[in-house]
Parts: sequence; structure tokens; C-alpha cells
Amino acid sequence: MKIVVTVKQVPDPNAPQGLDADNTIARDREVVLDPGDECGIEIGLQLKEAHGGEVVLVSMGPEKARDAIRKGLSMGADRGILITDDQLAGADALLTARTLAAAIGPESADLVICATESYDGSTGMVPPMLAELLGLPQLTFAKHVQVTDGKVTVHRQTEAGYQVVEAPTPGLITVTAGIAEPRYASLKGIMAARSKEVRVVTAGDLGVDRGQPAETVEGIADAEARSAGEVVEDDGTIGVEKIIGVLQAAKVI
Amino acid sequence: MAKIWVYAEQSQGRPASTALELLTRARDLGDVDAIVLGPGARAAAPALGAHGAGRVLVSEDAAFVEYLAEPATDCLASLVPEASPDLILFAFSPDSREVAGRLAARLGTGLISNAADVTARDGGFTASVPYFGGAKVAAYRANARPAIVLVRPKSFEASECGGEAEVVEVDAAVGEGSRRAHIVETRTEAGDKVKLEDARVVVSGGRGLGGPENFHYVEELADALGGAAGASRAVVDAGWVPYAMQVGQTGKTVRPGVYIAAGISGAMQHTVGMKGSKVIVAINKDPDAPILKMADLGVVGDALKILPKLTEAVKARKGG
Repeated sequence: MKIVVTVKQVPDPNAPQGLDADNTIARDREVVLDPGDECGIEIGLQLKEAHGGEVVLVSMGPEKARDAIRKGLSMGADRGILITDDQLAGADALLTARTLAAAIGPESADLVICATESYDGSTGMVPPMLAELLGLPQLTFAKHVQVTDGKVTVHRQTEAGYQVVEAPTPGLITVTAGIAEPRYASLKGIMAARSKEVRVVTAGDLGVDRGQPAETVEGIADAEARSAGEVVEDDGTIGVEKIIGVLQAAKVI
Repeated sequence: MAKIWVYAEQSQGRPASTALELLTRARDLGDVDAIVLGPGARAAAPALGAHGAGRVLVSEDAAFVEYLAEPATDCLASLVPEASPDLILFAFSPDSREVAGRLAARLGTGLISNAADVTARDGGFTASVPYFGGAKVAAYRANARPAIVLVRPKSFEASECGGEAEVVEVDAAVGEGSRRAHIVETRTEAGDKVKLEDARVVVSGGRGLGGPENFHYVEELADALGGAAGASRAVVDAGWVPYAMQVGQTGKTVRPGVYIAAGISGAMQHTVGMKGSKVIVAINKDPDAPILKMADLGVVGDALKILPKLTEAVKARKGG
């Protein structure tokens, strides 16, 4: 079974965020492999262990994103494809999906695994676009996944519980963070990753042109800010007293 | 007049609240058609009309509820060429965003997601998109026709305008190859609690509670207040509580009268989902936690000590 996992390098979610002078999210921060993607890699590796085959990581990003692929390779993935091109800087969801599709399509994977959403963008728009462009069914919000001959079944998390969804392979699944605890890379895995292939390709290699972006930025403004109110240090009683006061003022009690 | 489409989710003939919110906004932007799919769709038409849809395009084909995303994409894509809408509005909800994503890729238009507002200007549309936790708002001009915009739930207050919709049956147009991601079973896990997005009081817990074994403090206070319990993405991802409880960009958007954040630092992901609350109370050990900078009342202290005492105090006042 051939499995492709999309991976992304994101600003460390545990580090404070900042804005650059042009109001874009600062990129000079500590970057990590998206924690959601670690779960996707873990599921890919578990499926490979159960069914045999290959796990291929595909990432689009700056040259530095090689580190994110390398981390996945040290967890046990087999090889990586890094799509890096200045032309792709600031790509919107559709351009990202078109580019990933151009790289993933020729792999003829049985299963494409994405995180439900990235930790930085958190809009989750790329996976359904990617599924459409690859001509695959999408099985989303998976908190459990199983593959049996020619069929993939997921438990799709919903408001009230979950749905059991199945589709013939090949297919694309998006996984939630709770699906599996990602493994740590072993020293052996880290050593082995050094000799694994990471193929670097450009937009031109993939035949992707930038096209028209969906949107043009007209302006940036500060949102109506909520200002800080009263801050008290709890001494064992004042915290509760103050909160009770707020609840009474709001006529909740 | 611009031609606006609203993709209206429904369940057993009841339109989703997001559909009514979108219609309320859409009717100020142009002539509005609502597209509503699946068994029961027709029954949703009167409410959609009352909220501003001039026409309601319906197909009750069962494929729309039996398979994920693809049948709805097929139906919308089949209607676009002839109707040529200027703008298609979707809710930024799990089901709608999957349909919108596929449609935007199929049409090659792209989309604007996570919007808080849409306005018509100079013959086109501009969407306001909050980012950086809602501290900044970007104005995006939509370049494509149709423009596809996904709007966060609760961005508008739904109101009726007394309209009556013409109901138009449309061909389901579901391709045979699109019956793939088959919903074979639906299981319910959540009980009959107060709905998070409708609650007057929301008490949410985060990592600062230390572990899942302490989350009951949050639920007990929520129960005592007759409210609902929520959570930050961090603890949902860690598996403490189900996703249905997540408040934030990819979880629920809530606007209760009082929001109590316990042990939540105030990451951008979270604050964008609760900053519309009338009053915000934050309890956090860390005096530098960002949540304290946006709270009406910030208490620097241990949530594990404060929550049980607060629950007792609330019960005492409610009882007496």
C-alpha cells in the first residue's frame, strides 16, 4: 500500500506569536513540524506496519521545510518530496492544493493523509480541494481509521458523536489530533533518516503556474480591541468574591 | 442586482441557524437564492424565505445525506453555469467547508474562508477576515466570479423580513462516481446538555487544569450556573474532552452573557471564538497570560482551588 502524508512546517504553537511590520504573521520564529501532521504520519506508519508498503511525505514550503520532512523520515517514513519555489510564497489554499496535487498525483497513492487543519492557518480548506483535484473521495475528521482490501473506513467526528464512513480506495482522509499518539524518533531512526531521499522540485518542474489568487488584500485594520478590565490576585477568597460579583451584575445568579 | 447564493444546511426540514444568519446578510447584498439539499429540504423553504431567500432551490435526493461532500458539489457545480451567481456564501462549518472546498477547486475560483462579514462595493465583494486571534482584520477583495466566501457562525444575528420564497425543484445531478464516501452509520455520544453555542454562561477549561481528571471542576460550575462547558483546542487535541466542546477558530464561536476561562492562556486559536462574549472572566496562574489582557475580570490564581469554591458559592446563592 502506498501512502502519501502531506506535512507542513508551522510556527511553534507553544511559542508566542508576533506580527511583522507589514501585519503578516512573523515567520522568523521557531518553526516545527505541524503537530497535527505528526498524527497523520503516525497513522501512515501504523497502516504501513499492518499492510506493508511505503510512506511518502510531501511538503510545500521554503528550503527550511526540509527539517519538517526530515523529522517525519526519522519517525519512519520512507522518502520525501519538498516543493520549494519563491513563486509559491504566499500561496492561497487553491494554489497550495494545485501544487500538492501536481506532486502527489504521479505517486498513484492508495491513501492520502492530511491533518484536518494546520496549526497556523487553521482553516482546513486545502484537503477538500486536494481531494477534488486528485479525483478522490474525502473521508474527514477521522478519529479512527481502518483499511481492508480496497476499502477505507473512518470514524468521522461530529457534533453529537461520530459517523462511520467508508469509501473504496484510493481516497483522501483527514485525521484529528486525537487519532494516535505520534511516536518519538529513535536514535536509529534519526540516523537512518539522513540517507533517505528528499526530492526537491519547483513549481516549474510540476507545471504549476501561479494563476489568479482568490483574493486581493485591500487593507488591514485593528479589530475592535477588548481592553483589560480589573485584574486581582487571588488570596483564597477575593477571587471567588469578585467572580460572584460579576455573575450577579450579569444577572446570571 | 447582484445574484447571491446561500448554501443552506438543513436537518430533517429544519434549516441550520447558520443558514438563517447568512440569508439575513445576503438580502442586503442582492437577489438571494438559497440552495437546500437532502430529504426534508422542501420543509425548510418557508423559514429560508422568511429570512430573505427569494427562491429556494431544492433537491431531496437521498445521496446528499448518504455520501459526504461530493453529491452536493456536483449539484452546485451543475447549477452554476446557467445561473451564474456573483457570490456563493457558505457557513464556515465542517460540512459546508468540505463542499465549498471541492466546489472552489472544481470551478477554479478559489475561495475566501473564515470571514466575519461580507460587503458589496464597486460591483464586487469584500470580505472581512479576522486573523491573529481576531486582533487584526484583513479586508479581502474577491477576484473570482462566482466569489465563494465562507462565513464564521454567529457573525450575524438572524432576523426575519417576512418574505415568501418560490420553491424550485432542481436536478440532483449527482454523478455515479460521486457516491463514494458512504455514511454507513451515525452514532450519538453526547447527552442532552445545554448547547454550547446557545448557553448564557460558558465555562471553559484549558491546560492549566493539569489533567483530564480535573475537568469535572469546569463541568460542575457550568452545571451550577445552568450553562455549558467548553474547552481550548489544546485539551481537545490532548483527548481530555470531545471536539464538540472546542471553542475557537476551528471549534465553536460563542457569544454568551458571561464567559469564564479557567486555565486557558488565551491563544489566538481560542480567543477568536469567544471574544464576542459580553463579559469575560479569566482565571489563570500566570499573570502574563494573554487572556488577562482581554478579560473584564482577571483572577491570578489556581483554577483548581477557585473553581470548587465558586461552584459552592453559586449553589448557595441559587439555593438560598
